[in-house]
Amino acid sequence: MNPGKILLVEDNPDDVALTMRALKSHNITNDVIVVDDGVQAVEYLLGAKGRPGAEELPAVVLLDLKLPRLDGLEVLERIRADERTRLLPVVILTSSDEERDIVKGYRLGANSYVRKPVDFMEFTEAAKQLGLYWLLMNRAPPVSRTP
Amino acid sequence: MSLRDWPIRQKLTAMLVLSSGLVLLLTSAALVGYQYWSFRQTMRSTLSVRGSILATNSTASLAFANDADARELLSALRADPHIVAAALYDRNGRLFATYPGDLPGGALPAAPGPDGYRFQRGNLIGFQPVAEAGGQRLGTLYLASDLAAVDATLRLSGVIAVAVLTVALLAAYLLSRVLQGAISQPVLMLAETARAVSDRRDYSVRAAKLGEDELGVLTDAFNHMLSRIEAQDRALRESKEGLEQRVAERTHELEERNEALRHNAAQLLAANTELDAFAYSVSHDLRAPLRSIDGFSQVLLEDYAAQLDEAGRDSLRRVRAATQRMGTLIDDLLKLARVTRVEMRTEFVDLSVMAREIAAELQRATPDRQVEFAIAQGLEARGDARLLRVALENLLGNSWKYTAKRTKPKIEFGSIEENGGRAFLVRDNGAGFDMRYADKLFGVFQRLHSVSEFEGTGVGLATVRRIITRHGGRIWAEGAVDQGATFYFTL
Repeated sequence: MNPGKILLVEDNPDDVALTMRALKSHNITNDVIVVDDGVQAVEYLLGAKGRPGAEELPAVVLLDLKLPRLDGLEVLERIRADERTRLLPVVILTSSDEERDIVKGYRLGANSYVRKPVDFMEFTEAAKQLGLYWLLMNRAPPVSRTP
Repeated sequence: MSLRDWPIRQKLTAMLVLSSGLVLLLTSAALVGYQYWSFRQTMRSTLSVRGSILATNSTASLAFANDADARELLSALRADPHIVAAALYDRNGRLFATYPGDLPGGALPAAPGPDGYRFQRGNLIGFQPVAEAGGQRLGTLYLASDLAAVDATLRLSGVIAVAVLTVALLAAYLLSRVLQGAISQPVLMLAETARAVSDRRDYSVRAAKLGEDELGVLTDAFNHMLSRIEAQDRALRESKEGLEQRVAERTHELEERNEALRHNAAQLLAANTELDAFAYSVSHDLRAPLRSIDGFSQVLLEDYAAQLDEAGRDSLRRVRAATQRMGTLIDDLLKLARVTRVEMRTEFVDLSVMAREIAAELQRATPDRQVEFAIAQGLEARGDARLLRVALENLLGNSWKYTAKRTKPKIEFGSIEENGGRAFLVRDNGAGFDMRYADKLFGVFQRLHSVSEFEGTGVGLATVRRIITRHGGRIWAEGAVDQGATFYFTL
C-alpha cells in the first residue's frame, strides 16, 4: 500500500474516531494525521512563524468545512495559494451538501466533494472508497519543493 | 393712425361734426348762390328800368340833336356811383353824348351793340333803344354798371355763412360731445370690462347696462356670457382642485403601499436570509450527531455483540433505524427549504421527456418491479427545469411507491383541459386516499399512511406544492381508498 499519509482536518472527535475505524476496517493503515481546526491544518502544511511546513506532504487531505477559527474553504484557499501545495489532492468531506459549498469548493480547486452519510455502513463504504482511490488508484502530482 | 383706429368717441364726434358741417356748407352755398343769382337779376332789371326811363327822357334831345341837353340828362346818373359809363348814339350809331364827360375815347363801344342787358367783362352793360311814341327809332342808349354791389353783397353773405358755419360747427361739436356718450359710453364700458377679463382673468366683473337699446342687449349678452364662463371656470377650477386632491391622495396611498411593500420586502429578505442561515446550519450541524449515534450504535453491534442479548441488539438496531430516518427527514426538509430559496430560471421544459427519464430511473432503482407507464407525448411548459424535475420526481415516485402492492400497477402522465387552460396530471391505480383528508395531503409531515405501510416523511407533496406555487400554478388531488390517486397541477 502507498506509504503516503492522510491529513484529516476534522474538529468532531466522533467523526475522527468513526473515520479512523472505517479506514482501519478496510485495512487502510496509512498514517492519519489529525488536526482539529483550520489554522492547525494550514500550519501543518505550510508552516508557521519560525517553523517550516511538513517535510513530507500527505497523499490526500480530507477536509471538513465547518471548522473552528479558519473554515475548510479558507484552508483550501490557502493551500491553493501556496506554490508547494497548489496541486495537493484535497477531498472535501463534510456533513452538508449545500450547493454553494459544493460550487465554492470546486471553484477553489477541490479534487472531490464527498458528503458524510448518516448511515455508518455507508460512511464506512465511503471511507473505504476514498482510501482506495486516493491512496492506490490516484497518482499524486510530482512533489515540488520550495528551497 | 388711420381712421379705423380712432377711438370710438372721436369717430362719433367727427361723424356728427362732419355731417352737420357738410349740411350747413351745402345749405349756405345754396343760399349764397341763390342770393348772388337773384341780386344780379334785380340789378339787371333795375338797370333796365333806369335805361327805359332815361331813354324816354332823351328822345327830345336826340330828336332835336341837343347834345347839351343830352349830357345834362346823362349826368343825372351821378347819383348812382356804380354806373361807370353811359352814352347816347344817334340813329346812325354815332356817339352823341357820353357820361362822364371826361371819359377816355376807347372806354366806350364805337358803335352800339345789340339791344338788351348782359354781363360782360366784369360789368353789367345794356343797349336800350331810344324811340318816339310813334315807334320810330332815334338812337341807342348805352349803360355800364360795375358789379361792386354784387361783390359786396356776396362778401357779406360769405362772411355771414362762415360765421354761421363756425358757430354751427362749434354747437355741433359740443352737442356731439354730449350725445356721443349715449353710444360710446356702453361700448367703452363693454371694452373696459372685456379688458379687465382678458388682463386679470377676472370673470366676476360685469359691464353696466345703460339702456334697453341694441347696446343694452349686447351688454346683457356679454354679461350672460361672462356668467357662463365664470360658472364654467369655477367648475373647472373645482374639478381641477378635486383632481389634484385625488392625485395627492392616490400618491399618498401609493407611497404608503410602496413603503409597506418595501417593508415587507425587507422583512421577506431578512426572513429568507435567516432561513438560508438556518438551513445551512441545519445541513452542517444537525446531521453530525446523528452520524455519531448511528456510527457508535454500529460499533456496539459489531464489537460488543457478544455482550448484548437479542433485545439489546434489537434496541440498537431501532436506534440506528430512527437515526437514519431522522437523517432522511432532515434531508427532505432541507430540500423543501431549498425549493423556496433557490433562484428560478424560467425556460421551456419538455415534461414528457422528463417524466420518461424519471420513470427509467425508478425502474433502474427497483428492477424487479413491473409497472406500466403511460406518458403522453410533447407536454411542454415554461418553468424552472430543476424544480419541475423535483416535483415530477416526487409525484411519480409517490405513484411508484403507492402502487407497490398492486398486481397490475399503472402510472399515467398526461394533461386535461381545465378552465380554458391546461392541467397536467399524474394518475396511478395505487393505494389512493380518503378524500376527507385531501386537504392534509400537501401539509409538511402530514401522512395518510403509516411508515410501516408505506415509507415516507410527509415532506414530498409539500415540496411539490411549493414548487407549483412558485410557478404561479395550482395543485389538487382526487382519489379514493384503494382506487388510486390523481394529482393535477397547472403552471
